[in-house]
Amino acid sequence: MTAPLFELRGITKHFRGKATLAQRLLTAVGQHAAPPVLRAVDGVDLTVAQGEVLGLVGESGCGKSTLARIATGILKPSAGEVVYRQRPVSGLKGKERLDYLLKVQMIFQDPYASLDPRMRVSRIVGEALSVHKLVPKAEIGPAVDQALSEVGLDLAYRDRFPHQFSGGQRQRIGIARALAVKPDFLVCDEPVSALDVSIQAQVINLFMDVRARYGLTYLFVSHDLSLVRHISDRVAIMYLGRIVEIGSASAIFAEPAHPYSAALIKAIPSAARRKSAFQPLKGELPSPLHPPSGCPFHPRCEHAMPVCREQRPALVEIAPGRSAACHLHNASEAA
Amino acid sequence: MIAEPLLQVRGLRTVFHALDGAWAAVDGVDFTVARGEVLGLVGESGSGKSVTGFSLVQLIDAPGEIVAGEVLFEGADLRAASQERLRELRGDRIAMIFQDPLMTLNPVLSIGEQMAEAILEHRNCSRDEALNTAAKALARVGISSPETRLRQYPHEFSGGMRQRVAIATALLNEPDLIIADEPTTALDVTIQAQILYEVQKLSRETGAAVIWITHDLAVVAELADRVAVMYAGRIVEIGPVDVVLDRPCHPYTLGLLNSSAALVEPGERLHQIDGMAPRIDSRPSGCPFRPRCERALPLCAEQDPAPRELEGRSIRCHNPVQLGVAA
Repeated sequence: MTAPLFELRGITKHFRGKATLAQRLLTAVGQHAAPPVLRAVDGVDLTVAQGEVLGLVGESGCGKSTLARIATGILKPSAGEVVYRQRPVSGLKGKERLDYLLKVQMIFQDPYASLDPRMRVSRIVGEALSVHKLVPKAEIGPAVDQALSEVGLDLAYRDRFPHQFSGGQRQRIGIARALAVKPDFLVCDEPVSALDVSIQAQVINLFMDVRARYGLTYLFVSHDLSLVRHISDRVAIMYLGRIVEIGSASAIFAEPAHPYSAALIKAIPSAARRKSAFQPLKGELPSPLHPPSGCPFHPRCEHAMPVCREQRPALVEIAPGRSAACHLHNASEAA
Repeated sequence: MIAEPLLQVRGLRTVFHALDGAWAAVDGVDFTVARGEVLGLVGESGSGKSVTGFSLVQLIDAPGEIVAGEVLFEGADLRAASQERLRELRGDRIAMIFQDPLMTLNPVLSIGEQMAEAILEHRNCSRDEALNTAAKALARVGISSPETRLRQYPHEFSGGMRQRVAIATALLNEPDLIIADEPTTALDVTIQAQILYEVQKLSRETGAAVIWITHDLAVVAELADRVAVMYAGRIVEIGPVDVVLDRPCHPYTLGLLNSSAALVEPGERLHQIDGMAPRIDSRPSGCPFRPRCERALPLCAEQDPAPRELEGRSIRCHNPVQLGVAA
């Protein structure tokens, strides 16, 4: 196998809350009361091969968006290393760092919040080109036009403001902005969740088209499993800041190895089913401030064993190219 | 089916007044709901599905106005009903569940107080009896230790829990009709499955009719008996779920179903409906779906299709997709 384009090695991100008044008073009188630590991402390893689409799935609060932001350099990890083309990005300086920041672009979830309302479309799309002097000044206009036509936006719109566009069109502007700097890795954080169903299909088709045209690599973050199944080569499933299962999309959807993956897949509504007897997963997502001991999924798991309460299962390979973090698989190995 | 449906809506038209005229968000909607039936009302943003829901219980404020039609609840027109009569009905015989439970719940009152209020407004009983009923209702939607939960405030609940509280509150007085407006849209799939499970169970147990407003056809497929698909303020196709979703006749219904990623092989292009829904103030002449429709005829630009019966459902289309006829 060739070297991966992009790697996350042992990425951890902790957020520390601000100390409350009571905690500060306690500290002042000598009783130390540290504010709680939220472990948004807790030791994640991921590799993305050149040209592949890796889907990252999980429910609200599982840390998938935090991980996407770390991948693009928007957030710094508390520990671990982001590796782009075999080079740890924390060590990159100057031109090399800029190259990483430009080659790895992000598409955001909310097309209303991610475009500056006071900039015209042509400036939004061309800003990076002019700021970083990527093309001569005279060629910025044509480059912007090219990016806009690639995403199917009428060039007559280039001097309009974001509020004059619908959600789907705004998401196209966001994609044009990312494509303008000729990236090779796109990190898409819930890129179509805010769009209507018929518009979602248009934008997903656009993603597939530009991927085919430029051989782009995607990290596609979403809570929509049917979408991830459709677009991804491989899928990683996150729960409470960790990856619980990773493998090829077809294998995971055909036969999920982790009980949480199985529950998620079973919960996808399907237009093919009628009058289902819904069998819900019990309980709620625990607070990442106080994750359960051992396997974080054990309080909701129907297969939970005593060992699950005490020992955190490691992510181990259970088949070629397929890993899961579950004691069920360790047990079968030992037996 | 019994002679008189629980709810009968005829020619409902709700407009919003603007400086440049009155624009119809709901533009001539007809449907019925029988007792114990689950009707899925499906549409994209701006299709008028939520305004339809609000119009049923006469919760339309200026600049909106219900200008035509009848909403017959057990035969009596709610449009003609007095404010007192509507107050009696809402929260008692007809309950609503909204998308955002934080909008429904009062942040400065404990859950118990709000739920007791909903009972005491309509029933003659003591506060303790009301709290007791509330605790039972919480237990019924799967909330553990309900007595403790009654003393807590909305901010102490997670999103899924709050929506369960909203559902429990709506069900307190055993309503005959529940109008649910995108109640699971903001929730994760596993929480959505829990809520759908509870609603399905409760509608079976109490015989309440449900109008489930959503943009998600897959949820409707699994939950509803009948489905109504809305586009540009009108119902374009309505009928039993098996009929409409298995053999859609309206090109818009077909397009919505086909654009779902679950229905094509991974990696293949999704079927997309080009263009976007028309703005409320610039709907095209004739059939409003015409500019996006692959099957549009010259007639579609001239004449607005009237509802008609076709293969077991009602449809508004001049050139429907029909069985045995190549598309």
